Amino acid sequence: MTASTFERVRNIASDIFGIPADKITAESSPETIENWDSMQHLNLVLAIEEKFGVQLEPEDIEGMKTIGAVAALVEKKLQSAAH
Amino acid sequence: MCGSMFGSMSDSTSNSTPDSTSTERHPSNLRAQVDALIAEGAFDLAVRRLAELWRRDPASGTASFVTSRIDELREKLRDNLSLAKFKLAILRSFTVEPIVPLLRAEAFAHGIDLEVYVGDFNTYVQDILDSQSSLYRFAPNAVVLAVRTDQAAPELWRDFASLTPEAAMQAAERVVRGYEQWIGAFRKNSQAALVVHSLERPSPPSLGVLDGQSEAGQSGLIRQINRELRHIAAGFRGVYSLDYDALVARHGSEHWHDERKWLTARLPIAAGYLLQMAREWMRFIVPLSGRTAKVLVVDLDNTLWGGVIGEDGMAGIKVGAEYPGAAYQALQRALLDLSRKGILLAVCSKNNLDDAMEALENHPGMLVRAKHFSAMRVNWTDKAQNLREIAQELKVGIDALAFLDDNPFEREQVRAALPEVTVIDLPKNPLEYASAVRNCAAFERLTLSSEDQQRTEMYAAQKQRAGAEQTFQSKEDFFRFLEQEAELEPVSDLTLARVAQLTQKTNQFNLTTRRYTEPQIAELFNRPEWHIFSIKVRDRFGDHGLVGVAIAHDEGEQCEVDAFLLSCRVIGRTVETALLAHLAESAAQRGRKRLVGWFLPTRKNAPARDFYEHHGFELQATSCEGSLWALDLKSSTLRVPDWITLKVTAEVTPGGKN
Repeated sequence: MTASTFERVRNIASDIFGIPADKITAESSPETIENWDSMQHLNLVLAIEEKFGVQLEPEDIEGMKTIGAVAALVEKKLQSAAH
Repeated sequence: MCGSMFGSMSDSTSNSTPDSTSTERHPSNLRAQVDALIAEGAFDLAVRRLAELWRRDPASGTASFVTSRIDELREKLRDNLSLAKFKLAILRSFTVEPIVPLLRAEAFAHGIDLEVYVGDFNTYVQDILDSQSSLYRFAPNAVVLAVRTDQAAPELWRDFASLTPEAAMQAAERVVRGYEQWIGAFRKNSQAALVVHSLERPSPPSLGVLDGQSEAGQSGLIRQINRELRHIAAGFRGVYSLDYDALVARHGSEHWHDERKWLTARLPIAAGYLLQMAREWMRFIVPLSGRTAKVLVVDLDNTLWGGVIGEDGMAGIKVGAEYPGAAYQALQRALLDLSRKGILLAVCSKNNLDDAMEALENHPGMLVRAKHFSAMRVNWTDKAQNLREIAQELKVGIDALAFLDDNPFEREQVRAALPEVTVIDLPKNPLEYASAVRNCAAFERLTLSSEDQQRTEMYAAQKQRAGAEQTFQSKEDFFRFLEQEAELEPVSDLTLARVAQLTQKTNQFNLTTRRYTEPQIAELFNRPEWHIFSIKVRDRFGDHGLVGVAIAHDEGEQCEVDAFLLSCRVIGRTVETALLAHLAESAAQRGRKRLVGWFLPTRKNAPARDFYEHHGFELQATSCEGSLWALDLKSSTLRVPDWITLKVTAEVTPGGKN
């Protein structure tokens, strides 16, 4: 995964969860981020779709269990869109 | 997008050259700046940076950031944000929660601090019918009824193909009767505005192209329901229809919808279009909260026409029926539409006056002419200064101005110097100019009075009056020359909308600045002890229309003035004296001994400050909110000035009005 995709995902997560970006790591998850409930999960999905112009499937959304996993998913979507 | 930011101080850091590309103004840096400014206690500036952040990056993540900082600022400023408060309730059949931050951020950019209540899924009928429901306890200013067709008309949406034509018609009829009942119940329980989503047609319809062959098809019946919904809404004050079907069509049904989110999260709208839903709601919230623009000030070169008149000349500038001039004609058509809604147009251009007038008067491709502009500043002075002068000339507040200019530098300068002006961000491509103007919520109106439609002509007459005034020795001579005729009448069905509109919009000559909606005025009108008068004024130059309102109520021996206001067009022509004299006279006739009234100062109503004192009232009390004045009706010498011919319509007396 490229650093910039992770950075962008991290900035979006920082806005959505209301915590500073430097407190968010690839391992951050609903267990470590207090605000990460189902409504904020939806908000995260929508912000990702909006910012990256990708469409996430219900299966994708279930797999978004850490910030690192979200960034990897976005990267994969962007690559398959490019081909 | 377009928006204005309210704040009394000007932005000292922006006096340097505005530069939209500098990294300092990059969204992520703006976030850091906002937090630093909040930490320093520079709250006004923080508000301004927050608005800039939203302009540059209006997205879901930004909305979360912006709303959290607004909440923080509100707390720090102890509820003293320089924003208008507005409470919106959303009753819904689908997930709207992700739209709420976008909506609140948009509202913030329009100078509104929006509090949002979201009803439970599909409980809108109970919420509306139960007068004790949490909906009404929230005391909203406005309510949106956002129900999708699949919920409002499930048979027509899902099972249409299996219905007989009669059953389908009956189903449509039931839907309409349902809405009629809910809207009626709502109006009984609340005076808030109600915005009802119309129903969307299925795309594609159940029977494919066959559906298009009959008016009684699935689409045809839903269209019919929508027609009837509009009709029902028109029958109630303060009930409006939001054309959801047209909104979806504008953006394209296939782009608008996201079936995955609908099935997994009950969210039918795709991520990229949630902002558009929020903006559509804003088109109602902005006029309902009174944050509208009354004047649009336009630049000329490369805005009203393509090219620079001073260099390219009459033959060189582009405006006409063909491309590329057609883009500018489309913008001009949008401007004329605004003018028909009562929004005044003005020019502010760095140009030679002769060049500009030549194009405005004689260019064959122009649709807008000099006569359409109520004020003009064609010179080489700073635009912010010109805007101040235009506001003064047209007797409106600076916050009533919107500004249209292709030059980002001028826009940033105006924003920095006059944050209360609505600055429209014109896109780079002139083909998109017209829609940038048409999409600006500050120009939305929910009702149109005859005053609105004639406003440009009224201001032209005003110019003649101002010219005449200078030739008279004394004010009295001028007043006599004006031959003013005033018509005083109790509020009626015909004038209710305009009366409410004036209470919403009048800032300067307004003694108490109490805002009333149409239903609230209607409610006061029905109370026997309340008296609501309006005044219409005409003079030798033309008709001012309905320009003043007085609301008073009797209590024991006294009559208290609740609201007293006059459009700035007629301030200082003694019309206010006539209106007050009538209030006093009618109160005396009803047996009251004293006329009392508060003056509640605001940032804008200084013109009304000495009004009571000048009319022989005596100060009774002062509080932190204002001062209370009283006039002894027995010894009062207050009279209608003899140069005003006053026609009074007596109050009617049904319902025990005395």
